[in-house]
Parts: sequence; structure tokens; C-alpha cells
Amino acid sequence: MNVPLYEKIWMWAAVVIIVVFSLSVAIGYGASALQPPSHVETIDPGKVFGDPRFAQRGVTVTAGGATVVAVAMMFTFQPAEIRVPAGKPVTFRLTSIDVTHGFEIVGTNGNTMVVPGYISQFTTRFAPGEYLIVCNEYCGGGHHLMSAKLIAEATP
Amino acid sequence: MNRADRLPLANFAVAITAFGIAAAMAMMQALSRASLELPFRSPKMYYLSVTAHGVLMALVFTTFFIMGFGYVVATRTLNRPIATPRLAWTGFWVALTGTALAAGAILSGHASVLYTFYPPLQAHPAFYIGAALLIVGSWCWCATTILTYRAWRREHPGVPAPLAMHGMLVTAILWLIATVGVAIEDLVLLIPWSLGLTKTIDPMLARMLFWYFGHPLVYFWLLPAYVVWYTIFPKVAGGKLFSDPLGRLVFILFLILSTPVGFHHEFMDPGIPAGWKFLHSMITMWILFPSFVTAFTITASMEVAGRARGATGWLDWLGKLPWRDPTFSSVALAMLLFGVGGIGGAINASYMLNSVVHNTAWIQAHFHLTVGSAVALTFMGTAYYLLPRLLGRELELGLLARVQPYLWFIGMALFSFSNHITGLMGMPRRVMEATYGGSPIAAQWKVLTGVSAVGGLFLFASAGFFVLVMLGTWLAGKRREPEPIEWAEPLHPVTATTTWLDRYGLWTIVAIVIVLIAYAVPLWQHLQMTTYGSPGFKPF
Repeated sequence: MNVPLYEKIWMWAAVVIIVVFSLSVAIGYGASALQPPSHVETIDPGKVFGDPRFAQRGVTVTAGGATVVAVAMMFTFQPAEIRVPAGKPVTFRLTSIDVTHGFEIVGTNGNTMVVPGYISQFTTRFAPGEYLIVCNEYCGGGHHLMSAKLIAEATP
Repeated sequence: MNRADRLPLANFAVAITAFGIAAAMAMMQALSRASLELPFRSPKMYYLSVTAHGVLMALVFTTFFIMGFGYVVATRTLNRPIATPRLAWTGFWVALTGTALAAGAILSGHASVLYTFYPPLQAHPAFYIGAALLIVGSWCWCATTILTYRAWRREHPGVPAPLAMHGMLVTAILWLIATVGVAIEDLVLLIPWSLGLTKTIDPMLARMLFWYFGHPLVYFWLLPAYVVWYTIFPKVAGGKLFSDPLGRLVFILFLILSTPVGFHHEFMDPGIPAGWKFLHSMITMWILFPSFVTAFTITASMEVAGRARGATGWLDWLGKLPWRDPTFSSVALAMLLFGVGGIGGAINASYMLNSVVHNTAWIQAHFHLTVGSAVALTFMGTAYYLLPRLLGRELELGLLARVQPYLWFIGMALFSFSNHITGLMGMPRRVMEATYGGSPIAAQWKVLTGVSAVGGLFLFASAGFFVLVMLGTWLAGKRREPEPIEWAEPLHPVTATTTWLDRYGLWTIVAIVIVLIAYAVPLWQHLQMTTYGSPGFKPF
């Protein structure tokens, strides 16, 4: 194939750009603390409240951080107000009792789909402050009303 | 009008009608998002209209336009009638019946599940059956395209396929590979479940099958636009195609790379292990390559045209180009918007960066630059070129046609700029309004949703102009001897050495092998898991 010189230069530049992009993603995959919520665990969506993993919703604070157990449903999150320690790793565990929802903590990288039958799990940290949590997957007529609040409290 | 041209014209008529209805829906949405109190504004109407807009634009307008364009390419570049006219017409009627069923279900308020129709949201069975018929109809187009090519190939051994036909053939093969996913989702999971034959559905399996289809879907839209860029646009600009073999290579690369990447739409999903998401992210990055090559080749072709028109300096060739020709300006502006959209796409595909933008307004900003501009604006420009030539009429309302691409450009610039920013600020997509009970965080998005609504008004005016020009030309255009449809010649004549890119069977096998590498194991793992089904919900 006869490729003109300028186009050859351009094509090699494109290859370099793609390799740089790929490397930055690969470094993130290998070395970054933040990973997309790729947890694999299933649950019966009809029996969430009776399941020991979700019988107690709310925040459990430990010395090293906190765990949040929450349920998404049309058109609210339970609990609707979440208090966590700032600066420490917070692990979220979520599931849905009806349709697919989203769980996005606005202004942070906390973001996951919440799919019925599956448990979403991710870990992140917060600067002190009050955050808005929104459902970011269409879930029906009240989708735009579905929100919650997260308060990250500075710990002494 | 040539009798054989009734087939593409029938497809174009459905496409343009769907486009007009969907555009009207869109303006209402843009105004609603800006929290303007309109008559008839309610959540039910809003989500109904988002569904109608998505389905009619992304699935109906595109599919019918591509089928119509494909028939034009097949008959005109191969210089022979299509091999199976009955099959092609059957496909048209089947797809139209499916569209009517699905549109009826949506517009009567029984299918507000959006165009991604994620279960366990459950639409009326007519919606899923309509979708199946639309897909089956499009398969008739694929079969007609392939059979027509084979008939031509038997008559012309050893000659490279015309570049436009090469592109449409790749589009047809890609579509056959892609629709396997959605056909299984629709026929095996959704239709029996919506009819009550099965009680529950696995939402993650449905999502995996949907996104197996969902990403090559965007290349099904984009490749016919690329065919226009490579084979019509350089001629309209007044020059020649800079490189024919690279164009062939680009289409083959899309055939290989466009399907094994679906998990980059599911980075934020539970139930899919991180390693497979990472692999799909890595493959996605290479899809940038054929588009980078295209950017160079088409820009170089524009320079060739400008110089053929007498330009001699470094950049004055840009000014020599026919910016008042609506076909030229549509495609040129579409490419400019696609440059921004493409870079945004690399961000979306970047595994971790995605968590900042996933399901925010950023995403709708992104795909309105890609499918909503690169594809839709190119198709509008193509309609300005093809319709007068197929109908044997003059393009009417030429002033509106001349202004229309620029209005689209301004509208889309405003819409996508504001939504990219609000997306980065965290505003979710697909919401009727984003006030969240007066939340001070949501209040920061307010000004930009207004900018987005202004963009929507420009886009609506542009879409209205387009539909008026189409109606005027079709119904009242002055009859004349049609101008010929001319395909761009390459700068350097095509040699037989490039025919290794014509080995479609081989490339199809390569594509299927990579799809199996990317999907076979995660799908098998998924089917081994203990999963719990969901019953259907209709909260609309």
C-alpha cells in the first residue's frame, strides 16, 4: 500500500497517542486505589430486607474507615441521609429491590449502577462537607426526584 | 423518477418522518430540563418523549436512512439492479410494521423505557415485537447488499469493489454480527417475559447482550457517514479522494474492532469482573486509529479540492471551498463537531475516568456530537445531494437549506458545551428537571441548563428547516432531468494490490474470533453464577 509521507507521520503519531492513552489506563488499572465497581455478588431482589447482608441499613464506622449498606428503590434511597468520617476509606454496598438505579455522589468519583439481583460495591474517600446523591439511571416517573444526602464529618 | 429508485426513496421517506417527529420531542425536553413550566409538562409526558426521541432518532431514522443509502450505493456504484428486490421490499414493510408497533406502544404511554429498554422496566409486548421486526427488516437489507455484491463479483472477478460499496458491505456485515446480541436479548429474554411466558428476567444478562450490540450500533450509524465523507464529499468539494486504499483499511478496522468493546458502557456495572472491563477498555482505544486516519485523509481531500479551485497558499484553500453548498457545509461541520466528540469518547472509554462522567449530562453531550452531529448532519447533507437526483426535481427552499447546517452547528455547540460542563459538575442525564428540591449543589447547574435549552431552540429551527426543504423538494420541486450521482475519484488510481482488503469472508472470521475472545468467557462465567431474576415493573 502506497502511503504518502505526511500521512505516515500522522499515523505513527496516532499510534503514539493511543499507546500513551492505553498506558495511562493500564497504570490506573494496576496501581490506582479507585477501581470501577466490579464486585461480583448476587442476591434475591425479592428478599433484600430479609437477607442478613441488608437487614441492617446504615453506616458502620470502624477504626480504619466505614461501611455503608444502602438499598435503592423507586424513588428513594434507604437510608436517605448518610454520615461518614471524612478522609477515610468508605466502602459502599448497595442493591435494588425493584428496577435498575444509579448511585452517584455528585462532585466525587463515587458512581455505580445498582442492578436488582446484584450487589454493587466500591470504596472511596471524601473531603469534609455535604454531598448530594442522585439516581443517574432512568427508573420511572419519579426518577428526577430520587436523591439522598451524604455528610462527610471531619474527625478529630 | 427511475422505478428502481422507489425503494431507497421509500426508506428515506420513513427516515425523514421519524426525524421530524423526534426533533419536535427534543425541543420540549430541552426546555423542560431548564425547568420552564410548559403546558402538558409532566413526568409521564417527559419520559414518553425521551423514549420516542431516542427510538425514532437513534434506531428508526438511522436504520431507514442507512438502508435507503445502501440501495443507492449498491445500484449506482455496481451499475446493476439489486439482486433480490422482493426481499428488499419485504424488509422495508417488515421494518415499517415493526416501527409502527413500537411507536404505537411508546406514544400511547405503554413503553416509556427509553431506547436502552433496560429490564426490569417492562414495556408493552408490542414494543419488543416491533423492535424485533425492525431488526429482521434490516437483515433483509443486509442480505440484499451481500447478495447484490456477490452477483457483481461473479461478473467482475479480480476488480476491487468500488470504495462506497466496500464501506456499505462492511456496514452490513458489522450489523449482522452486532444484532446477534440484541436479537437474543429481545427474542429469548424480553418478548417471552413481557408476554408473561416467563416470570422473571436476569437484568445483567440483558445488559451484557444489549451492550454487545450497543457499541457496534454506533459504527452502524457512523460507517455510512464515513462512506459519504470518503466517496461523495471530496467530489462535492471539487476535488479528489486523497487515498483510496487507506479508506478501505479504515472500514476493515472498524469491522474487526467495533464489537469486542461493549463493556466500556458497563464500567460502572456490578457483576462483571474488573479484568474483562480493562480488556474492553484497551481494545476500545484502538478504535481511535481508523478515525484518526479518516481525519487526515478527508482534510487532505479538502485541501486537494481547495487547490483544484485555485488556492496556492498555506491555508487559503479553506476559503476556496463551497461553504454555501449545504452538502459540503453539512459534512464539513459534522466533521468538526465529531473531532470534539471523538476525544470525549476516549475519555468515556478510559476505565477509571468514566466514573466521573458515567450517566451524567456529559454522556448526552458526547453522543449528540457523534450520532447527533457526525452522523445526523452528514445524513441531512446527503439528503440534500441525493433527493433531487433520485426524484428528478430541483432542491426547493435553497436558502433554508443553506442556513440549516450552520444553525445545527451553533445549536449543537451550545447544547454540547453546556451539557459537557454540567455533566462534569455531576448533573445526571435523563432527568425531567435537575433541581432536587432546591439543593444548592443542583442550583449551580441552572444557568447552563438554560444555555442547553437555547441550543435546543437552534437545533429545532434547523431540524424544521431540513424537514421543510425535504417536503418542498419532494412535493413541489420543479421537475428536471436529474443530475448524475458522482463518486469521488481517488488521487492515485486504485491498483489490484489493494484487493486483499476485499476478502470479506476472512475479515468476518477475524472479527468473530476477537468477539469470542472478548465475550465468550465472561458470558460463560455469568451463566455459571447463581442469579436471581426480576419480575417486570411499569413505573410510568
